[in-house]
Amino acid sequence: MQKETRSEQFHSPSVIGFLLRKLHIDIPLFIGIVLACALSFLILYSAGGQETALLIRQATRIGVAFILMIILAHINPRQFYRHSAVLYGFGVMLLIAVLIFGMIGKGAQRWLDFGFFRFQPSEMIKITTPMMIAWFLASDTLPPRPKQLFYATLLIAVPTVLIAKQPDLGTSLLVASSGAAVIFFAGLSWRFMAAITVVLAGFTPVLWHFMRDYQKARVLTFLNPEADPMGKGYHIIQSKIAIGSGGVHGKGWLGSTQSNLDFLPESSTDFIFAVFAEEFGLSGCLGLLILYLLIISRCLYIAVQAQDTYSRLLAGSLTFTFFVYVFVNIGMVIGILPVVGVPLPLISYGGTSMVTLLAGFGILMSIHTHRKLLPT
Amino acid sequence: MRRHYSIKDPLAESRVFLSRTVAIFFFILLLSLGLIVRLVYLQVVGHEHYATMAKSNRIKIIPQPPTRGIIYDRHGRVLAENLPSYSLELIPEQIKDLEGTLKKLQQLLDIPDEKIAQFLKQKHRSKRFASIPLLLRMSDDKVAKFAVVRPFYPGVDVHARLIRHYPYKELTSHVVGYVGRINEKELKKLPVSEYRGTHHIGKIGIEKNYESQLHGQTGYSEIETNAQGRSVKTVSTDDPVPGENLHLTLDVDLQKTAYDALEGANGAIVAIEVKTGDVLVFASRPGFDPNPFVYGISSKAYKALQGSDARPLFNRALRGQYPPGSTIKPFIGLAGLEYQVTDFYHKLFCPGYYQLPKVRHKYRDWKKWGHGPVDLNIAITQSCDVYFYDLARTLGIDRLHDFLQKFGFGEKTGIDLVGEKAGLLPSKAWKRRVKNQPWYPGETLIAGIGQGFMQVTPTQLARATATLANRGKVVTPHLVNKGFQSVDSQIKLDGKNIDDVISAMINVIHGKRGTARTLKKDINYQIAGKTGTAQVFGVKQEEKYNEDEIDFKLRDHALFMAFAPANDPQIAVAVIVENGGHGGSVAAPMAGKIMKQFLMKPEKEEVADAKRNQE
Repeated sequence: MQKETRSEQFHSPSVIGFLLRKLHIDIPLFIGIVLACALSFLILYSAGGQETALLIRQATRIGVAFILMIILAHINPRQFYRHSAVLYGFGVMLLIAVLIFGMIGKGAQRWLDFGFFRFQPSEMIKITTPMMIAWFLASDTLPPRPKQLFYATLLIAVPTVLIAKQPDLGTSLLVASSGAAVIFFAGLSWRFMAAITVVLAGFTPVLWHFMRDYQKARVLTFLNPEADPMGKGYHIIQSKIAIGSGGVHGKGWLGSTQSNLDFLPESSTDFIFAVFAEEFGLSGCLGLLILYLLIISRCLYIAVQAQDTYSRLLAGSLTFTFFVYVFVNIGMVIGILPVVGVPLPLISYGGTSMVTLLAGFGILMSIHTHRKLLPT
Repeated sequence: MRRHYSIKDPLAESRVFLSRTVAIFFFILLLSLGLIVRLVYLQVVGHEHYATMAKSNRIKIIPQPPTRGIIYDRHGRVLAENLPSYSLELIPEQIKDLEGTLKKLQQLLDIPDEKIAQFLKQKHRSKRFASIPLLLRMSDDKVAKFAVVRPFYPGVDVHARLIRHYPYKELTSHVVGYVGRINEKELKKLPVSEYRGTHHIGKIGIEKNYESQLHGQTGYSEIETNAQGRSVKTVSTDDPVPGENLHLTLDVDLQKTAYDALEGANGAIVAIEVKTGDVLVFASRPGFDPNPFVYGISSKAYKALQGSDARPLFNRALRGQYPPGSTIKPFIGLAGLEYQVTDFYHKLFCPGYYQLPKVRHKYRDWKKWGHGPVDLNIAITQSCDVYFYDLARTLGIDRLHDFLQKFGFGEKTGIDLVGEKAGLLPSKAWKRRVKNQPWYPGETLIAGIGQGFMQVTPTQLARATATLANRGKVVTPHLVNKGFQSVDSQIKLDGKNIDDVISAMINVIHGKRGTARTLKKDINYQIAGKTGTAQVFGVKQEEKYNEDEIDFKLRDHALFMAFAPANDPQIAVAVIVENGGHGGSVAAPMAGKIMKQFLMKPEKEEVADAKRNQE
């Protein structure tokens, strides 16, 4: 299989094939991403009240994100490997800067405002953390030894805690899982994992103690949304109504009453899946999940095909993070997970997550298209 | 173990990675399956539940109140109608500078501060996009004034609403009644779905009695709304069914004649079409203007009405209970004939008073020196009291009670107006039950001349008169023919006795010494009637009743009952004038006017009437 792919890539006579190779684009992944983005436009048009201005803004962001993806795809993975530590360090510094500015200002602070553009360091750290862990673990023999594990955990904990302090529970969760995924792919022993699971479960009350009131409220709401239907539970109830009323076949495109009549808040951002489920029904949802799984499968394939440990670990982690996005978002919208601010990847309205995601795909494409041809 | 390896083993690492990838892939598939299970649960199992919730989320049902039925008199003249009334309404959401707008409007339309305050209060309670009235019942002048500047006031508009209006005001107030705002007590009893969006309900009179017909059926429109409750589009409508129009049997012209005749007095006149029970006149004076009640009468105005000595809110025709006085005599005379305790020609000497055996008390006749020899004809014509003292004593109170009951005394007539009083027809059993006292023979005597405990309502008296005219056929007086269940019955009477009593009643008007002989002028038909003068307070023995000396409130009530034409009765009238004095001089002419107008209408009207009936 490996052979075939290679021969396809390197012996294709077509001009387009040549160009694409020059662009360092992985066709199946690219098609998957484009399909998802097309779907995003379709639903956004409906969820955003059929406003073209919204679509234009989103298109601009996607355009920027695609450019970044292609640029990253051109960079040799070795460059990522080399600069992993620097990028990670820079990211953590920015996070600290955000916290300091946040203390000067008030409330949640996630942005660094440079005047002409605003930057969210937590987005960057989503990629640089797995890079850092992959670099750290790959530079030694695998599977990781306890000492390495300890440092790796520390390296993950620093940005996770910094982001949780912003406070942005969703993102800190994603950062932690991206780092943990690297450790898992590196071959962490199953027994160790089981032990950690037990310890974490024991720490839940402690975690609860440190959570902010609104975070606690979210968890309580998740456990029993009907207790406060017009208040905190409103969101999740309206979301379930939207999804449930969609049925098997859905109400058809633009047919979402829950979103069109403003019953469903955040219908174009975090809760866009509810609109999708209402309009396209169970069949549409299955289709979307299959599309996600195909993208993930391709990414995992790329990871397996990667030629060095660093690339493999990074690719695996980025892929898993992508899935965590999907699972946490859909899980919260359908009411099986508490509400945390995680967008539906590639579909939700919003620039920053789109840029980060496509940057990740750019790295994956870079890994796949920069493989060295091994002598047969 | 493995930590001792210091040389990298790419192949082994790659193998581990592959196995981990496979593990992760299955993990991902497993979690995805979890998502799918939940989606199936929501979208397949729970679909119906959530679909219903989604629908109830967005569909609001807006009631469409029906238009209330119009009330006409028997000639099609409007007694109660729905008039558009203009109100100035503001939608706060659409007004940028509400304070400034209010100030400008206040200047333009001369709105009192109190209304502005009221508006702000209501605004506080309403949704921002709701239309809130600032001025109700705007004059045409103000509507025109605002129309000119309307383009400069976005969010301010004049709305037309239908409000109930009674063009005849006090003339028909005690018949038609009025509608008013539904109060909490009524709300509890009403079928909620049928009164959604309706703010008014019949409070008294025909408006109350025929509420269900007049109201109509509420329609509904299903409106799709957004989360803020603003309507987005109409999904479906179920048009309201307007209320039925009611044609009353009342004749406004006759009613006006009656009401005008009562001018300056407190009293009631009820006229019934003898054969049908149609109520032609149902006048109670003073009346009141019902229109202020529709939108809420001010408490000051209401107190003034309530506190008035003339009691304009009191429906005398329906609820006024008066001693019938001599108007009861034809019935008692008939009772004597029917029970065969006397005959029409039997004579009795009237010395001006009557005494029970072994009792010193003298029951006096109104004619101090007496009528001399009196038969039933003379007793009725000249209203001899002594004759009826004797007759009543002979009959006894229980036979009197039983006979009079057949004519509907002491019972509600069943007229289609709520709140009717039953009057009072005393008997031994009644006195024992209510007063826990034995019946005294003297009480039978005064019952014989319609005094004492006995009380009748004008409606009862009119009905009893019609029954007499009908030769015993009892009709139920009613104001609406359609849908009214009349309970008619027939009293078994000897035709000869009826003829005799009626002939005596004719003599009241047409006889030389009849107490109402002034009525016979200028008529081409015969009237049968009986005057009555009911004592309000007892005159002591040997004391002279002097009209001028006693308080107005204690003066006698003047009564009259009659029907005409005597040979073919068409109309029966009962008149009661509170503290009016003599029945013959005060009450009888009023009835005479009504009968004259009804029976001697100009040719033209008769033709028009015939035409209307054909239609």
